[in-house]
Amino acid sequence: MAKVLMKGNEAFGEGAIRAGCRFYFGYPITPQSELAHFLAKRMPEVGGTFLQAESELASINMVFGAAGAGARVMTSSSGPGISLMQEGISFIACAELPCVIVNIMRGGPGLGNIAPVQSDYFQATRGGGHGDYRLIVLAPSSVQEIIDLVWEAFVLAEKYLNPILMLGDGLLGQMMEPVELDEEKEFFIPLRPWAASGRMGGPKRIINTLYIVPEEAEKHNFKLNQKYKEIEVKEQRWENYQTKDAQLVLVAFGTAARVCKGVVDYCREQGLPVGLIRPITLWPFPDKAFDYILSLGTVRYFLSVEMSTGQMIEDIRLAVDGRRPVHFYGRFGGMLPVLTDVVKEVKKLLLKEEP
Amino acid sequence: MYKKVFARPKALEDVPFHFCPGCTHGIIHRLIAEVIEELNVFEQTIGVCPVGCAVFAYNYFACDIFQAAHGRAPAVATGIKRALPDRVVFTYQGDGDLAAIGMGEIVHAAARGEKISVFFINNSVYGMTGGQMAPTTLPGQVTTTTPYGRDREINGNPVRVCEMFSVIDGAAYVARVSVHNPANIIKTKKAIKKAFQVQLSGLGFALVEILSACPTNWGLSPAEALNWLAENLIAYYPLGDFKIPKEEAKNV
Repeated sequence: MAKVLMKGNEAFGEGAIRAGCRFYFGYPITPQSELAHFLAKRMPEVGGTFLQAESELASINMVFGAAGAGARVMTSSSGPGISLMQEGISFIACAELPCVIVNIMRGGPGLGNIAPVQSDYFQATRGGGHGDYRLIVLAPSSVQEIIDLVWEAFVLAEKYLNPILMLGDGLLGQMMEPVELDEEKEFFIPLRPWAASGRMGGPKRIINTLYIVPEEAEKHNFKLNQKYKEIEVKEQRWENYQTKDAQLVLVAFGTAARVCKGVVDYCREQGLPVGLIRPITLWPFPDKAFDYILSLGTVRYFLSVEMSTGQMIEDIRLAVDGRRPVHFYGRFGGMLPVLTDVVKEVKKLLLKEEP
Repeated sequence: MYKKVFARPKALEDVPFHFCPGCTHGIIHRLIAEVIEELNVFEQTIGVCPVGCAVFAYNYFACDIFQAAHGRAPAVATGIKRALPDRVVFTYQGDGDLAAIGMGEIVHAAARGEKISVFFINNSVYGMTGGQMAPTTLPGQVTTTTPYGRDREINGNPVRVCEMFSVIDGAAYVARVSVHNPANIIKTKKAIKKAFQVQLSGLGFALVEILSACPTNWGLSPAEALNWLAENLIAYYPLGDFKIPKEEAKNV
C-alpha cells in the first residue's frame, strides 16, 4: 500500500471520514486548526456536514443534538475550548450518546501558549466536567496511530454509548509523517433505536439528563458505573517496549513516549536494562501492564516522564500500589523532555550516579 | 351519540401539568401541540426543552424530545436539524434560558438562518429557581434578587428580544404575542402556526415571543397576574409582527 505524507491534525479528519463520521461541529483554536480546515474541505466531498459554531459551548451542544438524533459526529478543540465544552460533555455522558472529541492540548493554565504539553491529563481522565462520569481517553503517539485509533474511537463510542476523548498535543497535531492508508474499509452504522429522530410511527424517545428523584438518579449513576467497570476490565490498551528484563521502566504517553523510546534504545546500547510502558488508553488506565511487569520480578524502579508537573504519576502510583518506587521527570509550559536529560535521570536511579 | 367538539391533542401526553395555578405555560404547551396536530407533522417533530419551569416539557409533549443544557437549546436544535433536515424541530425556552445564558446560541442560530421554530416564553422572572431577576424584568419590578425593584443604574436595562432579532438577516419571522385573554390566545396560536409553516417552507429561522404570567413569583392571584401582564408587560414589550417572510412582505 502506498504511503502518503500527512499532518497529525489532518489524520484525525481523514480517519473520521474513513470511519463514517459525516458531521463535524467546531470552533477555531490553535494548535488544532488544520483539523477544521481539512474537514471543511473534505466533508462536502463525501456529502457530510461541516459547521463552524459561534463557540465551543455551541459546538459541543450541536454534537449533543446530532448524536441524539442518530448521527456519527465529532468535534475538536484545545485547552480553553475543551474547558468550555465540559458542561456539554457531562450532558452527553449522562445521556449516553456516542461521539468523538479531539483535544490537541496546549500550554496552560489560562491562555498559556500553543506549544505541546500534556497538562490536560487530569481533566481528560477524571471526566472533566461536573458529576460522576468517565470518558474513554485514547492517546496516539504517531500520525499512523491517529488514523487507526480514530476508527477505534467510533467503534468504542457506539459499543459503550459514551463520548470518547482523543488526546494529542501541538507537536503530534502539527507534524507530518508518512502513513499507510488501507483500502477504505466499509463502515457500518448500527441501528439506533434510542435516537430521538422523530417518531415516524414508532415509540417516543427522550434524550434526557434530568433525574429529579434521587432514587432514579442513583439508579442511573449505578448503571453508568457498571458500564465504566466493564470498560476498565475490557478496554485497557498499552504498548510494552523492551520491558522483558527491564530494571527501570519508563512510563510515558503520546509525544513524551516518542522521546522515551529513543531513551530506551540509547540506554540499551549502553547496556542499561531500561524499558517503556506506553499507555494508549489513559482512561481506563492500563493497570494490567503494571501487574504483568511486576510479576516478572526484574523491575526495580518506575520513572514517569510527562510534559506536565506530574499528573499521570498518580495513576501509576495507584497501579503500582507501593510495590516499587515511582519517580518523576517532567518538562512543562511547552518545553519538551530531551533524550540526554531523561538518560541522566535513568542513570541517577540505576547507577546511583549524581549528575 | 354526541359529536366530540373538544379533545386533547395527539401531541400532548395524557398527564397533569406540574405548573403553578394561573401559570400560562400549560396554555402555550397546548397551543403548540394543537398546531403540530393541525399541520399533521406529529410523526416528524422533534422538540428541545430548556432548563427552567419548562424542563419537564418532555413529559408533556408526545413527540421525540431532547432536554438541553441551560440556554443551549438552539445549538442542540441546530445539531438535530443539520443531521435530519426533513424533520420539524422546535425549541421551547424561557427568558433566562434564551435572553441571558443562551443569548449567544440563539443569536447565532438566527444569524445562520437555522430552519427551526423557537418559542420564547417571557414572564419577566426566573420561575423555577425562585423568582430572580430575568433579562426581561421591568425597571422597578421587585424580584428576589431585586428586592428594592430593578434599578437601571445597578441592574441595567431589560432586553427587548423581538426588536433585536428584527434586524438579524437569517431570521425570517419574528413576532411577539401574549396569552392574557382568549383573543390573544387565538393570535398566539396563529403565530405558532406561522413559525412552523416558515420552517416547513424552508424560509429560515422563526421566533415567537410569548408574554406569559407567573402569579407565584409576581405575588399576585391568577386573575391579577393576567391584568398585570396586560398593563405592564405589554407596555414595555409591544405586541405584533417584527419581521415577516420576504415573499409575504412583497404582497403587503
